[in-house]
Amino acid sequence: MTDTDILDSIDAFLARDVVPHVHRLEHDDIYPEAIVERMRELGLFGATIAASFGGLGLPCATYADIVERIARVWMSLSGIFNSHLIMSAIVQRNGTEAQKRAFLPRFASAELRGGLALTEPDCGTDLQAIRVTARRDGDAYVVNGTKTWISNGIHGSCFALLVKTDPNAEPRHRGMSMLLAEKGAGFTVSRKLEKLGYKGIDSAELVFDDYRVPVDRLIGGIEGRGLQHALSGLELGRINVAARGVGIAQAALDESLRYAQVRRTFGVPIAQHQAIQLKLADMATRTEAARLLVRRAAELYDRGDRCDMEAGMAKLFATEAALENATEAMRVHGGYGYSTEFPIERLYRDAPLLVIGEGTNELQRIIIARQLVARNPV
Amino acid sequence: MKILVPVKRVVDYNVKVRVKADGTGIETAGVKMSMNPFDEIGVEEAVRLKEKGAATEIVAVSMGVPQCAETIRTALAMGADRGILVETDAELQPLAVAKLLKAIAEKEQPKLIILGKQAIDDDMNATGQMLAALLGWPQGTFASKITIEGDGITVTREVDGGLETVALTLPAIITTDLRLNEPRYASLPNIMKARKKPIDNLKPADLGVDPKPRLTTVKVAEPPKRKAGVKVGSVAELVEKLKTEAKVI
Repeated sequence: MTDTDILDSIDAFLARDVVPHVHRLEHDDIYPEAIVERMRELGLFGATIAASFGGLGLPCATYADIVERIARVWMSLSGIFNSHLIMSAIVQRNGTEAQKRAFLPRFASAELRGGLALTEPDCGTDLQAIRVTARRDGDAYVVNGTKTWISNGIHGSCFALLVKTDPNAEPRHRGMSMLLAEKGAGFTVSRKLEKLGYKGIDSAELVFDDYRVPVDRLIGGIEGRGLQHALSGLELGRINVAARGVGIAQAALDESLRYAQVRRTFGVPIAQHQAIQLKLADMATRTEAARLLVRRAAELYDRGDRCDMEAGMAKLFATEAALENATEAMRVHGGYGYSTEFPIERLYRDAPLLVIGEGTNELQRIIIARQLVARNPV
Repeated sequence: MKILVPVKRVVDYNVKVRVKADGTGIETAGVKMSMNPFDEIGVEEAVRLKEKGAATEIVAVSMGVPQCAETIRTALAMGADRGILVETDAELQPLAVAKLLKAIAEKEQPKLIILGKQAIDDDMNATGQMLAALLGWPQGTFASKITIEGDGITVTREVDGGLETVALTLPAIITTDLRLNEPRYASLPNIMKARKKPIDNLKPADLGVDPKPRLTTVKVAEPPKRKAGVKVGSVAELVEKLKTEAKVI
């Protein structure tokens, strides 16, 4: 069965409950409370969680289509459930049975919402350099340190928190563990971070000061697996950011295609000038190529095959496509593209996040190259 | 109370329709199809009646090609309980649809049938009225508000020049107008649940109906292209042009 019915509902939701409000919410950097409530009713917070745990159990390919459509209208909205679902995927793949039963149904219903807490002020892509520590004390871990750029940090209540349970371990990853951290005493949000784009969604700094987490919240129940857990969520994370890239690239194309047929110079619509035609053709080709790369990675993911290289390629290409298309859309629109009354400047501000976040595109290239060599030994 | 809701598969309202080159109809190959918007309003009203406790079961019916099952699934995702698909390749005209619906109504014994006032493809605006006549049931067409009270139903109708309120005795036929409600879009969990709801598959012969068309389509043509308008500088100029150029006053 195809999932066009699901995508039709997503389109109806976007047209009715999102499109009329994006401009205001985005420019005023307001958390879209009412829209999040509609997203909860729609079931988006359980999209990829297995049906046996109360989710929808959608394949990654359908999920990527959903993310693309939402990012096409407002990328920030996808951030509200994307990292939540990566946290869910980590628990579903690595958690103990008790953890799955205790948490996944509450994640699926959005009773508990949250995301990933990996990045720190001094480390992002190089995760093994984290400094947040969790010291065992009786039946709890005592956590100290700071996380930053945590999506849903203010409005979420539960996070997959990457910590060092053994700061002196060699290799470093053997000392890393992941905890399911619900907000409580010693867990505070110190501030909301201001950003160029990606407005509306809360990116926050989280501070842990003798914050106690029961030992049964150690994901998988064994210390030293934290990095593996974090990496297990990255394939889905990259596909998801790649899908956002396709959404932004498509939105830039849609706006440009419409504008180029309406705006006239020298007596004809600008779509009839070769200078604009070349741009439109490249934008459309990039978007379509990006979409196919995302689809390919998602299909491998759904088959259970290793897809870090393919997900990396999709992430690299689709997010660069988003950035290029946003820039080209501004050139097609001229002054109107630079105006804050039109959506192009928003795409132009949102796109750069994608080439930086979820592993920089420089790192993606290194991962792709290493995989190429590993898969093709001489 | 059981409610029957017929739903028609039509070209999506967002699609710019194109006439086939040979003038026999419109192009439907590769075109997005959806539920007729007036029928969506019918499904929504039925679901609201069920949510209020005024209805117990909603049966969605569609007729035509096998893909009409998708339209039924949409109704099931919105809240209908089960579906009936009458499968046929024949061109279905209002009288044939009304006869098929009559046969289904006799089998299902609903208290209420809610139809769209018309389908956005052929704009016939006939099936509901024909069905009422065939069944001998009262009808409240172009409904913008309905209230069920005991064995009766009060219907506010949108008529030329205002609103008319009629009281009908159940069982009855309602056809929906735009302002009756704003249909919901289905949540993803309800879409997944709808995939497991039953759809009965019938053929017109199972219902003892011959759906053969009684009307012949002579030709389908595009409306003439609109010419560009003119801007006038003043009311006086407008009146002058209406007199001398348009010659309408």
